[in-house]
Amino acid sequence: MADRHASNGPGASTNTWSGVFFGVGLMALIDEIIFHQLLQWHHFYDHSTTQVGIFSDGLLNAFALFAIVAGLFMFADLRRRYTLRLRRFISSVLIGAGSFQLADGVVNHKLLRVHQVRYGVDDIWPYDLGWTVTGVILLVCGIILFARSNRREGE
Amino acid sequence: MHVHMGTVDFTSLEALVLILVLSALLLYPVAAFISGRKHKKWPKFRYLFWFLGIIVAAATLTGPLAHMAHESFTGHMIGHLLLGMLAPLLLVFSKPVTLLMRTISVPAARNLSRLLKSRYVQFITNPLVAAILNIGGLYILYMTGLFTLMHSALWLYALVHIHVFLAGYLFTISIVYIDLTSRRHSFLYRAVILVLALGFHKILSKLIYASPPEDVIRQDGETGAMVMYYGGDIVDLALIIILCYQWYRRTAPREGKVMREDVQG
Repeated sequence: MADRHASNGPGASTNTWSGVFFGVGLMALIDEIIFHQLLQWHHFYDHSTTQVGIFSDGLLNAFALFAIVAGLFMFADLRRRYTLRLRRFISSVLIGAGSFQLADGVVNHKLLRVHQVRYGVDDIWPYDLGWTVTGVILLVCGIILFARSNRREGE
Repeated sequence: MHVHMGTVDFTSLEALVLILVLSALLLYPVAAFISGRKHKKWPKFRYLFWFLGIIVAAATLTGPLAHMAHESFTGHMIGHLLLGMLAPLLLVFSKPVTLLMRTISVPAARNLSRLLKSRYVQFITNPLVAAILNIGGLYILYMTGLFTLMHSALWLYALVHIHVFLAGYLFTISIVYIDLTSRRHSFLYRAVILVLALGFHKILSKLIYASPPEDVIRQDGETGAMVMYYGGDIVDLALIIILCYQWYRRTAPREGKVMREDVQG
C-alpha cells in the first residue's frame, strides 16, 4: 500500500500482498474446513502437542483469519483504483497458499508436532509427503507465474 | 463443579443484574428522546443494538443460561463468549458515549470530554493495554486456581464477570472506532494487536483443552475449550471485517486522484 509509486507502477506491491494474504487465508480455511471438520483427519489437539506448537499454531491461524479478509479488501481497493493486475494477483495467491501449506506441514506438523495429517493409519509418511509436495508445487507454480507476470508487464 | 456451586446463593446477584438491566433498557430511550429535542433524531437501529447487547449480557448472568453456566463448563464458556465478546460488539454499535454526550448539559459534556482525553483513559484504550487487560485476565482466570475460587464467593464471581465484560468492551472500542474516540491509532497497529489477541485466545483455548481447570470433567472441559476456540473465531472475524472495512472507507481515493497517480507513476 505504501509504495504505490514503486518501479512496477501503481499498486504493484499491493497486488502482491493482496494475493499472498488471500492465499494464506484460503489455505488455512481449506485446512480447517476439509481436514479438521469434514474429513476429521486432523485433531484439535493430541497429547504429544508441544507448548511451542500450540503457540505457533494459534498465532499462524489467527493471522490467516485476518489475512483472508484483509487480502480481499485490498483486492477491492485495487479494483476501485483500476490498478488490479490479475496475473500478479493469482501468482501471489499461489505463493501465499504454498507457503502456508509448507510451513504448516514442515514446522507445525513435524517439528512442533501440533497434530498429524491423519491418525490411525499404518504409515504416516505418504500423508506427510503429499502434504509437503502439495505445498512445494503450489509455491513453485506461484513463483514461475510471478516471474512471468513481471516480464509481461515489463514489456 | 456443581459441588462447589451448592454453597453459593446467586439470588441477590440475579436481582441486582435485573435492576441494572431494566434501568439500562429504560435510560437509553429516555436519553435518545431528550437529546432528540435539540439534536437530530437518534437513529432507530441504534436502539436495536443497545437492547440486543444488554439482553445478551444479561442472559449470561440471570435466567436459564446463567444456571447452565453454574452447572457445566461448556455453559460457562458460552456465557463468557456472549458477555465478553458479543455483547460489547453489539453495544459499541449503539454508540452509548455519543448519546450521553449529546444528552447531558454543555458543562457536563466538557467534563466528560476532558475525562475521555485524560491520560488514564488514553492509556487503557491503547489497543495493547486493552488486549492485555482482556486476554491476560482470561489467562489468570483459567490458568490459575481463580476459576475454582470464583465459585466459592459471590462477590468474586461478580467481580470476575464485571471484569470480563468491561475488558471485552474496552478491547472492542480500542480496535474499532464506532463510538466517540479521543485518540486514534493506526490501522496497522490495531490489526497487529487484533491478530495477537486472537492468537492468544486460540492458544488459551488449546491450553484449557489440554488441562481444564480443577473439578471440570474432561469431556466438559474439551467441549468448552472448542466452544471458546470457534466461538472466538466468529466474533473476531466480525471485528476483522469491521476493521478492514473502516480501512477501505478511510483510504478511498478522491475524484481524480487515480489519474494524477498514473501520471506520476
